[in-house]
Amino acid sequence: MIWELELIIYIFLAISAVVALEVKDLLVAVVMMTIFSFLMALLFVAMGAIDVGFTEAVIGAGVTGILFVVVVFQTSRKSND
Amino acid sequence: MRRQFHSPIVLLGARLLSPYIMVFGWYVIIHGHYSPGGGFQGGALLAASVLLIRVAGGRRVARLQIQEFATTPLAVIGVVIYFATGLVAMAMGGYFLDYSALPIPGMEPEWLRYTGILIIEVGIGLAVMAILVMIYDNMVRGEDYA
Repeated sequence: MIWELELIIYIFLAISAVVALEVKDLLVAVVMMTIFSFLMALLFVAMGAIDVGFTEAVIGAGVTGILFVVVVFQTSRKSND
Repeated sequence: MRRQFHSPIVLLGARLLSPYIMVFGWYVIIHGHYSPGGGFQGGALLAASVLLIRVAGGRRVARLQIQEFATTPLAVIGVVIYFATGLVAMAMGGYFLDYSALPIPGMEPEWLRYTGILIIEVGIGLAVMAILVMIYDNMVRGEDYA
């Protein structure tokens, strides 16, 4: 793998992780975590672990994103009592 | 609770994308023994295609694809396929999941191993798909999105 491309992916990985931690809107945090999972899958594939990258892309970016969106839709920021 | 609205473009995109994801999931399951992927990844792809329709279309559209009461029997069928293959191989004198002892007539042991792994992976894929869809259905119970 070309190391410049891996460096760019690492930088975007760090940026998406920091944004997901610091942002106020939870839906944006979920989307950022999905982007984190995709970049992580790219890095796994670049390191030769194709099975792990496949699982990460399907589970981390697909199904977990949908489940987190459902959780965000079912909770509210302020408590009701 | 966030504001919800109905979008025909999102529904059209999901309906266009969902069958291709499902076909790719079956491709991953069936090619699992000599390429990356396998039962779990293919089952998760099948679940992703079903969940895409459920998120985009709501309960009224999702009823046309896989209904809510069908998920538990599908998961049970997958688990039964897995353990039945293993136990049949055990009953025919091999070890648990020893594919070369499966009683399929007219097959060389190498082809028996291919076929055994294929049967196992179909079972795993069914169970994974049904359980992921079941988790989503239990999370949104009582509410309908879109």
